[in-house]
Amino acid sequence: MTTQPSLQPQKSQQPVLQLQQLTRIHGSGATEVHALRGVNLDVFPGELVAVMGPSGSGKSTLLTIAGGLDAPTSGRVIVERTDITKADRKAMAALRRRSIGYVFQDYNLIPALTAAENIALPRELDGTSARRARSEALAALEEMSLGHLADRFPDEMSGGQQQRVAIARALVGDRRLVLADEPTGALDSETGESVLALLRSRCDAGAAGILVTHEPRFAAWADRVVFLRDGAVVDQTARSEADSLLSGQAAER
Amino acid sequence: MSIRHGLLALLEPGPRYGSQLRSAFESRTGATWPLNVGQVYTTLNRLERDGMVVQEGADEAGHALYVITEQGRSELRAWFATPVDRANPPRDELAIKLAMAVGTPGVDIRAVIQSQRHHTVKAMQDYTRLKAQALAAIEGGGSSERDDIAWLLVLEQLIFQTEAEARWLDHCEMRLIRLSAAAGPAAPAGPEAPRAAADSGSTATARTRPGDGAAEPAVPTGRRGTRGPFRR
Ligand SMILES: Nc1ncnc2c1ncn2[C@@H]1O[C@H](COP(=O)(O)OP(=O)(O)OP(=O)(O)O)[C@@H](O)[C@H]1O
Ligand SMILES: [Mg+2]
Repeated sequence: MTTQPSLQPQKSQQPVLQLQQLTRIHGSGATEVHALRGVNLDVFPGELVAVMGPSGSGKSTLLTIAGGLDAPTSGRVIVERTDITKADRKAMAALRRRSIGYVFQDYNLIPALTAAENIALPRELDGTSARRARSEALAALEEMSLGHLADRFPDEMSGGQQQRVAIARALVGDRRLVLADEPTGALDSETGESVLALLRSRCDAGAAGILVTHEPRFAAWADRVVFLRDGAVVDQTARSEADSLLSGQAAER
Repeated sequence: MSIRHGLLALLEPGPRYGSQLRSAFESRTGATWPLNVGQVYTTLNRLERDGMVVQEGADEAGHALYVITEQGRSELRAWFATPVDRANPPRDELAIKLAMAVGTPGVDIRAVIQSQRHHTVKAMQDYTRLKAQALAAIEGGGSSERDDIAWLLVLEQLIFQTEAEARWLDHCEMRLIRLSAAAGPAAPAGPEAPRAAADSGSTATARTRPGDGAAEPAVPTGRRGTRGPFRR
């Protein structure tokens, strides 16, 4: 599965996600952990940002806060112009179901529901008819070549299959923001690659994405790679024009 | 890079002239290693001297055509049958730089690592985009599929190579953090840590050298006692 090279993120547009001066302190006193120390990050429509950094550098913390699953100690999280740190619980829940797709580090399917039901549930909660939600779910499974698993329960699937179902769930419907924490963890490299191609094509179609990964080969699918260290952004790459690429360095080799 | 054998491979299917060989080489490898016509002719002259090719006639436009000889064919077969030698790892500037950064006062190794990581990951992003384009071209059933596939293989090699480098850099950084943590609470892995890490790194190495068989990465056979693969 491949995608066309992505469009340049359109910086004139409003970012889908803005993280402003984000801090997160876990615990207090002697056991206090500064998981994030003043992180700023904007993610634009069409842009896929990879976050890399050593274990414990705050990647998952950043993603859970960006997805509204955890609250920052200070700072603002703005999703499509709404400051979600100020939104009430109901509005927050609706936003999470409707606009944000989330793939967790541990894939976290509901054990009592089949693959298709797991995918359809958030859509149904959001008012989509059961019939429509099911057909969307089947289409999402098909897209990941998992159609045959639609009626299996999580404990009847391999880790990699569960992971892909979780990804299908995160991508179903019209998600404006897709947050993926090590989505390729349980996958072989070929399957991991196809997941990345799928994420890439969602972003090319206009979604904003953040991908946390330890794998440079997967991070390389992103438009921008942000490096976290000890809860702070220490560096980031920008994309360049691929055409000019090999001419300069080739001479040195 | 073996231009010699590359040219022999391109002559195998039939006679060609110099600039034809140059553009065939480049379209097969996606201009990753650009050749100039001068290099091509120098190489052809050497191949001719060694009996691997002969100059034979010219095309309508008057270009001198080169033809592979039986000796050239057997050289080419031998090349494909022989693995590329790794016994003498090429001198790697990055490895040398990091080795020197350990123990050079005033050098922040983590900054050295990060600036390289930035560069390496950036290159991977670029290669990955080119790869997506190459795959799209192949699936779109382009005109010269063979060249697209060859180019894809070259690109993926570049991706795997840069990946290995990026992983190694991650590994170096984690190792330095661990070593500095082991050196005691006075040397946390904060912004000041790299110096401490560097220092403890070199002492730790010195300490463990005598009985290090299991803990250290295997040294290629025949190189034990040369203290690392980068000596020539
Ligand atoms: N609920 C919590 N209570 C206390 N400390 C926490 C909690 N969650 C995370 N931390 C700490 O915050 C820091 C950042 O954790 P985080 O999970 O964001 O790291 P990460 O970059 O995702 O690491 P990994 O690559 O291992 O997944 C770590 O030091 C971690 O121990
Ligand atoms: Mg994590």
